[in-house]
Amino acid sequence: MIWFVAKRLLAAVPTLLAVLTVVFIIVRIVPGDPALVILGDQATAEAAAALRTRLGLDQPMWVQYWTFVSNALTGNFGASLVTGRPILEEVGAVLPHTIDLTLASMVLGVVVGVPVGIWAALHRNRAIDVAARLLSLLGLSFPVFVSGIYLLLLFGLHWRLFPVIGNADLSDFGDRLHKVVLPAVALGLTMAAYITRVTRSAMLHSLGEDYIRTARAKGVPWRRVVWVHGLRNASLPVVTVVGLYVGILIGNSVLTEIVFNRPGLGKIIVGALNQRDYAMLQGLMVIYCFLIVVVNLVTDLLYGVMDPRVKQA
Amino acid sequence: MSATAEAPAIQRVSGWRKALGKARSNPTTLVGAVICLVILLAAILAPWIAPHDPAEQDIISRLAPPGGEYPLGTDQFGRDILSRLLWGAQISLTVSLGAIAVACVIGGSIGMVSGYIGGRFDLFVMQVMDVLLSFPSLILGLIVVALLGPDLVNLVVAIALTAIAPFARIARAPTLALKERAFVEAGHALGYSHLRIIFRHILPNILPEVMVMASLWMATAVRVEASLSFIGLGVKPPTPTWGGMTRDGFENILDSPWLAIFPGMAILLLVLGLNMVGDGLRDATDPKLRNE
Amino acid sequence: MSEPLLSVQGLRKHFVQRKGFPRPRTVIVRAVEDVSFTIAPGEAFGLVGESGCGKSTAARALLRLIEPDAGQVTYRGQDVRSARGSALKALRRKMQIVFQDPYSSLDPRQTIGSALMEPMRVHGIATGRDARDRAAALLEEVGLPPGALDRLPHEFSGGQRQRIGIARALTLEPELIVADEPVSALDVSVQAQVLLLLKQLRERRGLSFLFVSHDLSVVRWFCDRVAVMYLGRIVEEGPSGRVLADPLHPYAKMLREASPVPDPAQRGVLPRIVGEIPSAANPPPGCPFHPRCAQAMPVCSTTAPRWTSAAGGGGVACHLHG
Repeated sequence: MIWFVAKRLLAAVPTLLAVLTVVFIIVRIVPGDPALVILGDQATAEAAAALRTRLGLDQPMWVQYWTFVSNALTGNFGASLVTGRPILEEVGAVLPHTIDLTLASMVLGVVVGVPVGIWAALHRNRAIDVAARLLSLLGLSFPVFVSGIYLLLLFGLHWRLFPVIGNADLSDFGDRLHKVVLPAVALGLTMAAYITRVTRSAMLHSLGEDYIRTARAKGVPWRRVVWVHGLRNASLPVVTVVGLYVGILIGNSVLTEIVFNRPGLGKIIVGALNQRDYAMLQGLMVIYCFLIVVVNLVTDLLYGVMDPRVKQA
Repeated sequence: MSATAEAPAIQRVSGWRKALGKARSNPTTLVGAVICLVILLAAILAPWIAPHDPAEQDIISRLAPPGGEYPLGTDQFGRDILSRLLWGAQISLTVSLGAIAVACVIGGSIGMVSGYIGGRFDLFVMQVMDVLLSFPSLILGLIVVALLGPDLVNLVVAIALTAIAPFARIARAPTLALKERAFVEAGHALGYSHLRIIFRHILPNILPEVMVMASLWMATAVRVEASLSFIGLGVKPPTPTWGGMTRDGFENILDSPWLAIFPGMAILLLVLGLNMVGDGLRDATDPKLRNE
Repeated sequence: MSEPLLSVQGLRKHFVQRKGFPRPRTVIVRAVEDVSFTIAPGEAFGLVGESGCGKSTAARALLRLIEPDAGQVTYRGQDVRSARGSALKALRRKMQIVFQDPYSSLDPRQTIGSALMEPMRVHGIATGRDARDRAAALLEEVGLPPGALDRLPHEFSGGQRQRIGIARALTLEPELIVADEPVSALDVSVQAQVLLLLKQLRERRGLSFLFVSHDLSVVRWFCDRVAVMYLGRIVEEGPSGRVLADPLHPYAKMLREASPVPDPAQRGVLPRIVGEIPSAANPPPGCPFHPRCAQAMPVCSTTAPRWTSAAGGGGVACHLHG
């Protein structure tokens, strides 16, 4: 088990390095002089030169790369060009909101998706199954901002059940929960639909296997067959998909945060885009990827815990 | 055995024909196809069927509710929502079709060549693809458009970039299996070049899987394009885009909710239609997945 | 006979596998250790042995479908291993292969006609109408109607597909055909027809054959000479009449006794296969066969036997006959 964990941790290192390299390249292939882009066309030559020195853009490319990578690996992502505050600090201040939202959506996706998927699989090709399939197809097709706007219109503006603006007081759990419900439903809808489909198909697959037939043949009650043998084997693909989907959730949280006017990574990234804060964008891109790599790592480890075969491989 | 020769073209597509036949008998696919077809027609015929010029501003009837001269109402500049929706379909379809075509060709080629060559090269390429996959596609698209500047071509590039890695993966997996088949070895024995084997013998065999993938990813591309436009990184105004219209409508959501509802509905319909078609095609081409 | 058509000297192919974490172990599978033989023009040469002995690997290595690690392969005096580009392409015309599995050897999305005409186009033998006529003639030669040209492989049975595979091998008018277990994947009832076809083609076209098989009775019927392979080496070689009727090597004897004889009087004699074939990743020292050999002597486990000429033609590698 220790070797397994060590192997996965080691495998994540080149991925992180590669991610940093890609970010470095993407930011530098932009046409134009970043200093002039930031300062505008009217900037004096001295001001531009000063900014270039401040950003380290006058250094040779490999020095810039080395500085960037070593800083990033030690948690130093630079400072915002607009506010001058360290990026990590700015992100840290709003990260809890984004994590609240992502976690709530994930929980919602699993709590709705898994039971519905099992239910549909057990009633294969009957009305329940057909309905579940059609609804999940519909859920999958909702762009996050459209579901957000529709929910906002119905529950926020029409029935006034939930707040329209989501700036929660982080010290008040009840407030956080109350304000995360609508955004989480909007964001978690596609995930719930997706998990429903994956669970259904994994369940059907595992119920068709020989060991299920054997279990039934030796007289294990059907209920036990489904919950013990069927679900245990169906859970592996579901865990994989949940892990993959968290990445999508993190990305799509940008849209949810705009619609519900919640603070979070998404709001920062849109702000940085509008203010051409390239240092911020670069730092955010790295932070997003770190989050995804960590999520993938956790999924992998979880997978290893659940599937005894993986550890030996 | 009768020796009559049938038309070769028909014979060659018989696998496709069967799949299409199966897909056609599935009501979900049929409905999805109809939805897509209607939207495609709307996009093509927009110049003739749109009741108004999408840029024409009617100062007197700004934010008019649906009905009468403006069936779906007008926006804050007094422009006809229906006409703008019809024209907006063009952008949605052009960007997503373009992006998927680019991703399909580039990603598919990368996957086939990488799987075919195998070994360390393959490991390296797939590692690079994994890195691309570890960027959330919306964030990657957002940053690429932000850096390149929002216009139609850059949108296509950005969305294609987010879809290359999945296409490489979907093309690589069957290539790995196919290159072990004896007919590939026969190709070597017959003196065929590697390129001939890849594009004449492996490509036709993986095409169904890649096409199904393309139809499913079309839906994603439409969604990403709409999302980028909603954030404000779409094709520049005054060109109507569905995401941009939703964004404009969202700013007036208290007074005129239909401004956000209708374009949102249009995006939802198109994505739903594409998903339905893609789903049906997948079920039809892969008998194992049928009803799963 | 004068100059051989094909000459193979000391052919070797090892596969390297790396397994394990954190310290990967390197495993070398010695699929083909040392294989030498010659085939004369018009001759049918058989290569027999149990599955896993390296006979298919040897056949593929001499065709350069996999790159051999060592050894010399000469075709009509021309070095096959150093051939590149157009020289290799020209050699490919002369040596063709018929595969074991008729289901995977044809591209499932290519019509039979296209599969037969493509090699002609690639090698500039024929195009268009001419190629189509040639393809139809080849189909007729292997016993299929010209209507098959526009059909896809899945419309044919295993035996028919194998005929198509043979026709495809003939498109380039080769002199040597490597037949890798050409009938072992077919129904017994179909095997005879395909074998008969191969024999007719051999006589009509004067083809040479390298016939790889585990089935001694098939080899006895088809081949002039035969070599018995064990763990990547040839242990006995000679005229098929002599080797298969009166083998010298204990392994060849064991194979012969395991092979069914169509004689009711022999019923009840159980095949005496002793032990399993050892892993090619870890071959025993000395004579590779000694752990299974009933007549093993102390010398067998230490020293590899030398090649000795046999009385009835050919030779054997065994200390009993050294």
